[in-house]
Amino acid sequence: MTASTTPGQEASDLEAASDRSKVDELLATLDAELVGLAPVKTRIREIAALLLVEKLRAEVGLTGGSPSLHMSFTGNPGTGKTTVALRMAEILHGLGYVRKGHLVAVTRDDLVGQFIGHTAPKTKDVLKRAMGGVLFIDEAYYLYRPENERDYGQEAIEIMLQVMEDQRDDLVVIVAGYKDRMDRFFQSNPGMSSRIAHHVDFPDYTPDELLAIAQLMLEQMQYRLSDSARRTLIEYIGIRRQQPNFANARSMRNGLDRARLRQANRLVEARGGQLTREQLMTIEAEDIRASRVFAGQGTAAEGDQ
Amino acid sequence: MRLTQGTFSFLPDLTDNQIRAQVEYCLAEGWALSIEHTDDPHPRNTYWEMFGTPMFDLRDAAGVMAELESARATFRSHYIKLNAFDDTRGVESVRLSFIVNRPRHEPGFALIREEAAGRAIRYTIRSYAAERPEGERYP
Repeated sequence: MTASTTPGQEASDLEAASDRSKVDELLATLDAELVGLAPVKTRIREIAALLLVEKLRAEVGLTGGSPSLHMSFTGNPGTGKTTVALRMAEILHGLGYVRKGHLVAVTRDDLVGQFIGHTAPKTKDVLKRAMGGVLFIDEAYYLYRPENERDYGQEAIEIMLQVMEDQRDDLVVIVAGYKDRMDRFFQSNPGMSSRIAHHVDFPDYTPDELLAIAQLMLEQMQYRLSDSARRTLIEYIGIRRQQPNFANARSMRNGLDRARLRQANRLVEARGGQLTREQLMTIEAEDIRASRVFAGQGTAAEGDQ
Repeated sequence: MRLTQGTFSFLPDLTDNQIRAQVEYCLAEGWALSIEHTDDPHPRNTYWEMFGTPMFDLRDAAGVMAELESARATFRSHYIKLNAFDDTRGVESVRLSFIVNRPRHEPGFALIREEAAGRAIRYTIRSYAAERPEGERYP
């Protein structure tokens, strides 16, 4: 196959070009829709490049075996692990690595049964559903419970390992969770650790990134911030980040949802005259200022208020 | 004698790639697949044994093919069929059913004549294979 003729070479280059543009398009949407996450984007770019090169190699008869693409996403809550997994499924589908490109998101409850003989069919069922796409296991460390040696989680892990090895072409497994707990999970399950080639760490968002995320969310919901509201939101982010149970982008969404509630309440109570489109769209500083985050300043704020 | 039951049974046996293509079609139609097996080839033997539970919400044929492989490994010399169930309201029944595995040697059926009242004769068939007990019918 090394003696490739000129027309053949041309064809492969052309195909590569069209592939590349498709990948570029996918990566561009990723850049536009996801704020920050630089290390994650770099890794995705690398994987995309690898798959592209692998395709070109296959065309000239070089076989390196299909690369293993099982991944581990670690990071704090709300850093975009599920969202990236969803995008990853689309990208892998765009590159032709998985055939269908859907995402099946599961947790321990979907994999582990409650009595002897219940776990295997349950796990296999989930694996069959995920074939042709991506299986996303959230908080995967709950599968392994060292304190109970008869826990059925181990059985689920073993079945999964088997399929991850034998049917690598049929599905990609992504496990996700907090960094420290995932590290301990991998330490006690060397089989799992050795089958996962890509470990991607999701950093926490900086205040600027959180603001950008909030604005992106508001844009999607067709709201806008007044200038004073914007300043208040920056203040809000600064305080909220220091409080317990801070869940990055998810906390932002919850905060905005409550601001919407207060905005609606304010508009209804004001009552006087016609409401303009502008009024219906704008979130004012007082809508954010009324949040318990500001009230709880100094004292220990509880929950995601 | 070759057993002809279900779709495609007058065609040569489907290859795995052809089976995969049929499964892909079923999944694209939104049908749920299930695997059944038996070693009693009588045409009135409608309800075969289930192999595992029906597979709902699948997107890709790989899951069905893996299950079929394990069914073949377990019951190498049984009849195995794939059923595709359509859950559309008003249909709610099997849309497609075809045999995907059969014994290497199929001995066929004997015609049995029973003399009834008067000079009437009743006919029935009996599979040669079914003369042995279940599980020992096909070597």
